[in-house]
Amino acid sequence: MPEDSGGYESHHYDVVVIGAGGAGLRAAIAAHDAGARTALVCKSLLGKAHTVMAEGGIAAALGNLWPEDNWQVHFRDTMRGGKLLNNWRMAELHAKEAPQRVYELEQWGALFDRTPDGKISQRDFGGHRYARLAHVGDRTGLEMIRTLQQRAVALGIDVFMELTITDLLKDGARVAGAFGYWRESGRFVVFEAPAVVLATGGIGKSWRVTSNSWEYTGDGHALALRAGATLINMEFVQFHPTGMVWPPAVKGLLVTESVRGDGGVLLNSQGKRFMFDYIPEFFKAETADTVEEADAWYTDKRNNRRPPELLPRDEVARAINSEVKSGRGSPHGGVYLDIASRRSPEFIKRRLPSMYHQFMELAGVDITKEPMEIAPTCHYVMGGVEVDPDTQMSVVPGLFAAGEVAGGMHGANRLGGNSLSDLLVFGKRAGDHAASYVQALGHQRPQVDAQALSAASEVALAPFAGGHGSENPYGVHQDLQVVMQDLVGIIRTEHELKEALDKLSGLRARSGALAVEGNRQYNPGWHLALDLRNMLLVSESVARAALERQESRGGHTRDDYPMSDPYWGTQNVVVKLDGHDLRVERQPLPKPPPELAQLLEEGH
Amino acid sequence: MSRELLLRIWRGDASGGDLVDFVVPVEEGEVVLDAVHKTQALHAGDLAVRWNFKAGKCGSCSAEINGHPRLMCMTRLSSLPSGPVTITPLRTFPVIRDLVTDVSFNYEKARQVPAFSPRPEQPVAPFIMYQQDVERSQEFRKCIECWLCQDVCHVIRDHEENKPHYSGPRFFIRWAELDMHPNDGLDRKEALQDTQGLGYCNVTKCCTEVCPEGIKITDNAIIPMKERVVDAKYDPLVRFARRRLRRARGTASSATSQGPGHG
Repeated sequence: MPEDSGGYESHHYDVVVIGAGGAGLRAAIAAHDAGARTALVCKSLLGKAHTVMAEGGIAAALGNLWPEDNWQVHFRDTMRGGKLLNNWRMAELHAKEAPQRVYELEQWGALFDRTPDGKISQRDFGGHRYARLAHVGDRTGLEMIRTLQQRAVALGIDVFMELTITDLLKDGARVAGAFGYWRESGRFVVFEAPAVVLATGGIGKSWRVTSNSWEYTGDGHALALRAGATLINMEFVQFHPTGMVWPPAVKGLLVTESVRGDGGVLLNSQGKRFMFDYIPEFFKAETADTVEEADAWYTDKRNNRRPPELLPRDEVARAINSEVKSGRGSPHGGVYLDIASRRSPEFIKRRLPSMYHQFMELAGVDITKEPMEIAPTCHYVMGGVEVDPDTQMSVVPGLFAAGEVAGGMHGANRLGGNSLSDLLVFGKRAGDHAASYVQALGHQRPQVDAQALSAASEVALAPFAGGHGSENPYGVHQDLQVVMQDLVGIIRTEHELKEALDKLSGLRARSGALAVEGNRQYNPGWHLALDLRNMLLVSESVARAALERQESRGGHTRDDYPMSDPYWGTQNVVVKLDGHDLRVERQPLPKPPPELAQLLEEGH
Repeated sequence: MSRELLLRIWRGDASGGDLVDFVVPVEEGEVVLDAVHKTQALHAGDLAVRWNFKAGKCGSCSAEINGHPRLMCMTRLSSLPSGPVTITPLRTFPVIRDLVTDVSFNYEKARQVPAFSPRPEQPVAPFIMYQQDVERSQEFRKCIECWLCQDVCHVIRDHEENKPHYSGPRFFIRWAELDMHPNDGLDRKEALQDTQGLGYCNVTKCCTEVCPEGIKITDNAIIPMKERVVDAKYDPLVRFARRRLRRARGTASSATSQGPGHG
């Protein structure tokens, strides 16, 4: 039983995993299997994490449909999709280990769609040379999180649901634990643990048009910064090309890339398939340049090149943005995604059941009869905690990160399907290495400092203190979303980024004067007030990194520097916290060894 | 096309509560959850509600809307009769605060499910399984765990005393999913009947009607499982063979009774 001291409930573990999506669950399973006493902590109920929303599939070179596929091709596709800014070693480990991680899910009860000969079926997705995504209709993320959740429950791993971590605790340079509160009661909780795995996902709730849930407030990114860790690649934010635009209540809701993988095309208001006008030099050799060839690819993939609708997400999002800006958009400011005129109603309902349902219920649109109206939506952050590629440990001893909160794997742009596989591969690695880190400590375990606990509880209770101000957290959050949407969106300029930084500092001042009503029992206003601290810190990290990188690459487009610059292709932008201020530095990107570098050449 | 909407939201906690009126502006295309969020932003910052994506995929925002168990994110305001909209918490579970209930009952039942266990003939993935054989279980794996079927089930909705020995429709489809998994080797039928209370279900199909994923809970899971249980229980040959097998390797039912939920 947890002892109660000074108003804190306290727990002792070897490894505490924060976040229970794919990465957190996989990390907890790995740490548990390695013999560590493991706790899994999440802000929502178990099984509601963002992984649930992933639709398309898990990218892994199983070679079930294309025997030619192997880890080398997957590695190459990932690096080229990331505009070669990926950490090569992470991309290598990911491509090599993803197949084992998929089979492991099947071993634990997952039921993927099958090929006619009874193997796991694989589907086409943007940027992947071969049909590579293991999937279940368009609800693969749900299958994955349920499988992992059921495995974690079967193993008896301790789960702390609806518990938010607000600060990491340290002993000197090392991690010593984590501090948080039960959302239900507001009561404080202290975890004493020598290893903490961050698996908190992304940051998208700071943008107005987003596919992300309320949980995506950049908690792990901010916890890491405040604990002295570094973030890399924060300027790279992925705007998924296809989000719903109408009605306003669902603006930003994701429309899966599988629609394009299964034959859907993008049309402007003139009915033109405009993606042919946006094929970049870098992908010319592997992309169809006529409608005939693009259409023939769906039935004969050997003799035709891929349709331009299946270019990596950053290319497609920018193209849509440009069509809308040039006045060729749809009535609600998007373009059309049409599968109705290209596939039978039966095919659409079988392959894309959730999409059919989503448009029917929320927009009153029958996608087997009419085109969808779509526009880019904030979806994913490539940037995250800088980690060792093999162990996932940050520069802070005992602090690990896996999944979206970690940086490096996806470089400047993530390919669809590479997220679910990332969660599995690096979730497992983080859990394994966290457990062995703790084992190696022996009796040299860090101690939690009592003063740090009272400081953490003071910060958490500040919004109730009263007398400081009268700012409403909901109002500050809305204003933050406008700043990030308008000034740190798909297309950026120095002028706007500087304006964003000014406004963010104004919002930071307002956030010091937040006041919330009610008490500590399940109080969303209070919860948002605490999440805002993280959102503001992380938003500023994105704006500063975006200002630093004077080029366009992947998920970072500068109107004032529209081209990629070879110099910047060798640099990571690193963000760290120095006292109360964020500092930005450049750091040379690690170079792949010759045998891997050779795989990245054009002809391969 | 903005208009004013009167919401009547139950506010309170375990000690009691009442409906409270709020007026919020609403727009075309909005759902009940949008109106609840506006209530938080404009009138009651501490109004407790669970939600995640507002996309009908996480099953977090279940509540009773004008008395009907629904997902707030998938209920368009335009689909409701004109007049005030009343929102109350799920009745089958104890209230924590406002629209948030204590659904830990479901997580306890989840711990009692004997996990997937591959057949000895095909013990290690990758497995060979065919689409037509996985489809039945895939239907049940669409479940988003919104607990609406649990909420609406008569056996536990007004009978707290049944909860300890009845796991409810969500878990009947979970047990059915494992039973119908083409490569599962464990027999859970007796345990399902004896420890999970399958027999209490009187197939009124209320669960099927509220399922936002359209899973045919009663027809495709509960009724077939009831039939399988009967076949197994009353076929003397099957019973004999099962007893032999149980002696050889232990049973699902004994594993269940020692599960962490009780331990």
